[in-house]
Amino acid sequence: MSIIQIDNVSHQFGKEKVLKDVDLKIEKGKIYGLLGPSGAGKTTLINMIVGMLRPTKGTIIVDNTKVPSFKVLHKIGFMAQSDALYQELTAWENMEFIGSIYQVKKKILQKKMKEAARAVNLENHLKKPISQFSGGMKRRLSLAISLLHEPRILLLDEPTVGIDPLLRKSIWDEFRKLQQNGVTIVVTTHVMDEADKCDQLALLRDGRIVASGTPLELKKQYQVETIEDVFLKDGGVL
Amino acid sequence: MYSNGSRAIVKRIVSQFKRDKRSLALMLLAPMLLLFLVWLVFNGSDYKPLIGYDNLPNPIIESISDNSEELLKLDREEAISLMKSEELDAYISMENEQPAILLEGSDSNKNSTVMQVVEEALQSMDNNQKGTEPKVEFLYGSSDLGLFDRVGPVLIGFFVFFFVFILGGISFLRERTQGTLVKLLSTPIKRWQLVVGYVVGFGTFTILQSILIVLFSVYILDMHMVGYVWELLIVTILLAITALTLAILLSTFANNEFQIMQFIPIVIIPQVFFSGIFNLDTLDKWIQILSNFMPLTYGADALSDMMIKGYHLQDVWFNIVVLCGFALVFFLLNIVVLKKHRTL
Repeated sequence: MSIIQIDNVSHQFGKEKVLKDVDLKIEKGKIYGLLGPSGAGKTTLINMIVGMLRPTKGTIIVDNTKVPSFKVLHKIGFMAQSDALYQELTAWENMEFIGSIYQVKKKILQKKMKEAARAVNLENHLKKPISQFSGGMKRRLSLAISLLHEPRILLLDEPTVGIDPLLRKSIWDEFRKLQQNGVTIVVTTHVMDEADKCDQLALLRDGRIVASGTPLELKKQYQVETIEDVFLKDGGVL
Repeated sequence: MYSNGSRAIVKRIVSQFKRDKRSLALMLLAPMLLLFLVWLVFNGSDYKPLIGYDNLPNPIIESISDNSEELLKLDREEAISLMKSEELDAYISMENEQPAILLEGSDSNKNSTVMQVVEEALQSMDNNQKGTEPKVEFLYGSSDLGLFDRVGPVLIGFFVFFFVFILGGISFLRERTQGTLVKLLSTPIKRWQLVVGYVVGFGTFTILQSILIVLFSVYILDMHMVGYVWELLIVTILLAITALTLAILLSTFANNEFQIMQFIPIVIIPQVFFSGIFNLDTLDKWIQILSNFMPLTYGADALSDMMIKGYHLQDVWFNIVVLCGFALVFFLLNIVVLKKHRTL
């Protein structure tokens, strides 16, 4: 059963067509990777699933509800490409703020905040203001914040940029745990070994989906050994 | 010396200016706009007072009539009611062979203009009656009312407006540039909740700000004040909310803090010129019409009336309604403009 269903979606900003006739079905409980060069339309697609943007053409159905919808916003955990954090506030205050906007009950929120902080290895830095955080720490905190309201769907736009391989592994372990709990995760990524870990991949180029399937299927289709080569071959380099 | 490094910087600055046409236009055009405003304000013709009289000798009437905009024969009650609606500056009559002047009093400039006119007229009287000093009374204020007492209320309104505008504008701009606005809008928060949050959050601090400004002006600077402090606070807080909602709205059209500053000469300074510091009566009609579209006009007017004339909230209800109207319109526009970031 697909939890996210994208039907014939196109989007344009002014005259520039960013997405062209995109069809995509994302299964419940899968980790779905959106791959593609910068400017391919990955972020636009994510923003449209969240409901920030309305498709110029076509429909997006999330969990049986057409987006944009407040009902869907409740179920989605969203992490944008830029870290949306208040520099003056501490990590803890940032978490508390977004958590309370989702109207998570205070006691549950406290517990969730500790859990989320532990999951991204930040439990010892919660009292620091964000202005003292490194790039990777901010990224991890953003991820933790998107988990607070126990979303059923996670939309993560380049979640592991600036995070070292060790922490990246622990974050992927967390993704697996979430997946076991039935959470659907959509990630955009440039990191190819990450792409390999996804259950399903879609390769975007110039606003179109040029290939999709499991990592293995993609490699077969392009007759190459690695996802990186899929990427390169698709770009005409290989 | 003009080193290569400097040359590179010069070139970069020129390119940046070319990209940011708005800043360039502002730097080139804003000074002219402001000079024009100053020119307008200072180039008005001399003010001619509106005077009422009763029981005056003919030579005096003639002399006053030459130097006043209007001269009407009235009784005292009529004169006072005209003064209350700001349609009369002074009322002159003879009491026991002595000229008596009743001044409206709230504008020290007008007071002195009237006094000049009257004194000139009295000069023309017979010699035997010279020397009888006119008796002067004030409907509002007193002879102690100075320039500061008159512009003070306007300045209170202005400073509240100015600082809330700048802080509110930059704060909301940052919400956009640091990406937290997008994050916020990816939560199920309603757009109106976001704007209300801003108004109430900032509102708390503007209450504090207003209390300090008002108390300082009245008790430390000894500004003329015959109204109630709490009533003044209602007006300053309303003014602050108007400034905040306007600032949030305009911050949408700014890409950085610098561009927020650009609104100062465009949005803030004209309001200062046209909101009561300078007398607009002698200026062209279109300026007076323009001032009707400026929130500060209503706030400053209400503050003046309360502080100088002792008006109460119900006496300045119109100004309060207009201010609420401005705030409401800006508020609603904000909710619409936020659609740009989230269509829902």
